[in-house]
Amino acid sequence: MLRGIDLEFAPRGITAVIGPSGTGKSTLIRCINRLVEPTSGEVIFEGRDLVRLSRAELRLARRRIGMVFQEYNLVERLSVMENLLCGRLGYLSPLKAWLRRYPAQDIARAFELLDTVGLGQHAHVRADSLSGGQRQRVGIARAMMQEPKLLLADEPTSSLDPKTSVEIMGLMKTLADTHGFPVIINIHNVALAQRFADRVVGMTGGRVVYDGAPGALTEGHLKEIYGGEDWLE
Amino acid sequence: MNRIAFPPNWGARALWLLFAAYFVYAAGQLEFTPARFASGLEHGAKFMARLFPPDFRRWELLAKGMLESLQIAALASALGVLISLPLSLAAARNLMPVWASWPARAVMVLCRSFHPMIVAIVFVKAVGFGALAGILALTIASVGFLGKLMTEAIEEISLKQVEAVRATGAPFLSVVTYAVLPQVFSRFIGFVSYETDANLRNSTMVGIVGAGGIGGTLFAAFQRFDYDFVCAIVLTIIALIMAGEVLTMRIKKIFNA
Repeated sequence: MLRGIDLEFAPRGITAVIGPSGTGKSTLIRCINRLVEPTSGEVIFEGRDLVRLSRAELRLARRRIGMVFQEYNLVERLSVMENLLCGRLGYLSPLKAWLRRYPAQDIARAFELLDTVGLGQHAHVRADSLSGGQRQRVGIARAMMQEPKLLLADEPTSSLDPKTSVEIMGLMKTLADTHGFPVIINIHNVALAQRFADRVVGMTGGRVVYDGAPGALTEGHLKEIYGGEDWLE
Repeated sequence: MNRIAFPPNWGARALWLLFAAYFVYAAGQLEFTPARFASGLEHGAKFMARLFPPDFRRWELLAKGMLESLQIAALASALGVLISLPLSLAAARNLMPVWASWPARAVMVLCRSFHPMIVAIVFVKAVGFGALAGILALTIASVGFLGKLMTEAIEEISLKQVEAVRATGAPFLSVVTYAVLPQVFSRFIGFVSYETDANLRNSTMVGIVGAGGIGGTLFAAFQRFDYDFVCAIVLTIIALIMAGEVLTMRIKKIFNA
């Protein structure tokens, strides 16, 4: 349940959304591309209210919104290459997609991105044979295939070890900086949020209670966001 | 105080007693007695003696009937798959709204509600004697079973993968081919090979009611007491089913299922 959320995102930079489990961080992110239907309110993206779009218009809008998931959500039984090309499905007729008739530049871009995320040798293996970190790299590359104007990341590092988490966050930051799109990340790890984000939004009980620079986030704020104080010791 | 470790379930005891009583009653009604069984065995021994040796001299008739059965099974399986694929997608409640899944489910239940032989009788009356009736009857049976199995498989998929592909702005059909079918494909191969196996067995039967295939020949041989020819047919059917079993195993391997 979200209420009274009024956020504006700059066209660049990483925004980290922190808050306790069940507070609606995930719902907030999913309301943007309407994987969760908001009951009321508006979501303005590139000058249009996404909430009012028809199914067909929504589909076209989603093509420019990349999304990265906590459990990677790759199609396990498809190859890494096929998973990447999923990012282009919005531009291809179902028949051509089924026959794997992708434009040459899509395929070239997929190989390029695989090299960027360090999986150049894994194009033909099935997604379920990869490790967690590798899968998340595929997830990010799939989102990048969409040439996103906005990247949503729903707890992208929650299933990864600390070292891999840092690498994944670093990768998203590099890509966001070079391609120039904003990123909204739900994240549980406050230190990771402070290290990579340009802005932190703290939520509790479905409301925003902190919105500012990561450096200005104090213990007092954290107490207000997560409640209690014993865990801060 | 007297505590009971295993309290008696009087209802269950009464039910067991009732089952036993009904069994005895029904056996008495149908003359299901050891004496009747013994006299039947005697008859059976004579019959078995006349079965051997099998007579393969009329192999042309045999081959023609077997080939027709094979073709009925193959066509019915192929048509069954073609129809049940879209039908099971429509029936899957995790992908489709109620107005689509309900009618699709109704069609499947209807297809499953009669034994293929009864459906075959109906089609022989409707379209006349011959293979067409058999193909249609077994197609109906295939849709009933494949549809149910496929629907259940689709309802068990991970929706996370579907959500991810949907979030890229993919059209619905592409979501199906990229996020749904890969998850169920290997199970579908298993279902189809199972159903083909069933169709093969049933296609040797439908001939008895005039719906084409070896069954007609078999029935005629029985009627004429050509028991050695009956034996030849039966042995050929067994060989065919076994060959089908080996073949489906090979096919599954090729598809990595």
